[in-house]
Amino acid sequence: MTTVSRRESRAGWLFLLPWVVGFLAFTAGPMLFSAWLSLTRYDMLKPPAFVGLENYREALVDEQVRTALWNTLVFTALHVPAQIGPALALAGLLRRAGRTAGFFRTVLYLPVMTPPVALAAMFLLLLNGQHGAINELLGWFGFTGPNWTTDPAWIKPGLVLMSLWTVGSTAVLYLAALTRVPVEQYEAARLDGASPWRQFWHVTLPGISGTVYFTVVVNTIASLQVFTEAYTIFYGARAKQSSDGDAALFYVIHLFREAFESLRMGYASALAWGLFVVIAIITAVQVRLSRRYVHYEGERS
Amino acid sequence: MKRVAMWLGLLVVTVAFVYPFWWLVSASLKDRAHVFDNALLPRPFTPGNYVEVWQAAPLLTWIGNSVAVGVAAAAAATLASALVAFGFAMFRFPGRNPLFGLVLATMMLPGAVTMVPVYLEWHALGLATTQVPLWAQNLFGSAFYVFLLRQFFLGLPREVFDAAKVDGASAWRLFTGMALPLARPGLIVVFVFELKAAWTDLVKPLIYLREPQLYTVPRGLKAVLDRFGEGGEAQWELVLAASTIATAPMILLFLVAQRYFVRGTVTQHVEQ
Repeated sequence: MTTVSRRESRAGWLFLLPWVVGFLAFTAGPMLFSAWLSLTRYDMLKPPAFVGLENYREALVDEQVRTALWNTLVFTALHVPAQIGPALALAGLLRRAGRTAGFFRTVLYLPVMTPPVALAAMFLLLLNGQHGAINELLGWFGFTGPNWTTDPAWIKPGLVLMSLWTVGSTAVLYLAALTRVPVEQYEAARLDGASPWRQFWHVTLPGISGTVYFTVVVNTIASLQVFTEAYTIFYGARAKQSSDGDAALFYVIHLFREAFESLRMGYASALAWGLFVVIAIITAVQVRLSRRYVHYEGERS
Repeated sequence: MKRVAMWLGLLVVTVAFVYPFWWLVSASLKDRAHVFDNALLPRPFTPGNYVEVWQAAPLLTWIGNSVAVGVAAAAAATLASALVAFGFAMFRFPGRNPLFGLVLATMMLPGAVTMVPVYLEWHALGLATTQVPLWAQNLFGSAFYVFLLRQFFLGLPREVFDAAKVDGASAWRLFTGMALPLARPGLIVVFVFELKAAWTDLVKPLIYLREPQLYTVPRGLKAVLDRFGEGGEAQWELVLAASTIATAPMILLFLVAQRYFVRGTVTQHVEQ
């Protein structure tokens, strides 16, 4: 190695040092720590007591874990498509809005800036079964809206409905991707007499499939960790009076309560690894599927 | 015909996205009997709700805490991520690419997995019930921002840096004297993004903050909801007034720094 490149190497590593230290202290270290902790019983008062795989065995038979996992998977299955579809439609609409697109983009983005706690408080009332504005709107069309916040069957759809209000950031991503689809491809398709629907299916969707795939993966990982809105509405001090059973008990809420309300740190660590495995499996399946369906710009088949 | 459908669509979307804000502000100005009436205008007009919630909850303290935590979190994230990103963008050395792969991999790591052990670390340091854990981790940079700023640095004209290097400028000089000023738009993106993240986060304050005097705005708002949203005599008008107060600063920030948010969102799409 020459002196110059050795100096360059040293400078490079010095700049990376904060990240390396942070990675060891807040990612790699905690993961090892958590792996060990998951094999112990630890309440923060007495030192951790080694119990082997006991926490994992308990998690497998824990009724609440099963409920939480089921709720989370159902929520994710509803939530991800309910984000992608409308975001795509909004992006398409915005694409045609021409010079006014900036205004509508602002409108779409404002809810993204709203703190989720405020959003949850607001929608708790908008989704109210008796007086809520959403059911009043449904009433105009002759529908009787459900009790979104108290009927266990409607709690998850209600949370999904609420999340529609923040699709703006995904829509903005799609809008950026749409502008990168070459115009010539649409012209060619039109010359071939392709209908708008066929153009969407054969030009637009392949053209933005990389972005769609990215948002599906990111949204799935986020949905599997859903916490704030559901916790705000259904847990904390409000849990005492809720009549909704465990319909809003999501995995991270259960994990959070075991760790910080019951102080079962070892058990919560085992739950965290369970979540890690679930997310890893689902992401791996999505990566597999992407090889078949995702076209990246430049490598067309 | 098609244009009519488009404008109709945009109108419906605008109403759907603006109405909840309108409803929030309007209901926060209604008296208790009318909170649920869904009338567009508050009648009777009750601005006293704001005075009442201001007196019932230490909102000013919480806003101050949020500003302090948010600025610390944003400044730390910006400086540290810029440092690391510059290292990745400007120097060639063995181990650089695998390490950058590791940075990208940590972006996919679910945050919930390290929630418990990181809490125990702060607990061991005696800082688990302070505001320090809400921002101090940013001193080590964060993966998404490192990625974003690296893109910015890679976009800068390489020859200028090479010329400066030949003139004997140190790496540190290149960073502070040239890279930082040139990457200002990118730094602003990171700053406002992290400020927003810190202002809206509930999870960390829920884990770390015990004393109401230390609460940030979302944690305080949750406390307001728990206290005034209970039972048949719930005082929703106070919850909604507090929600409006919690939302307004972020909306104002967005209206001022709009393009930076949009740019950050678009960069979120990792080009593979």
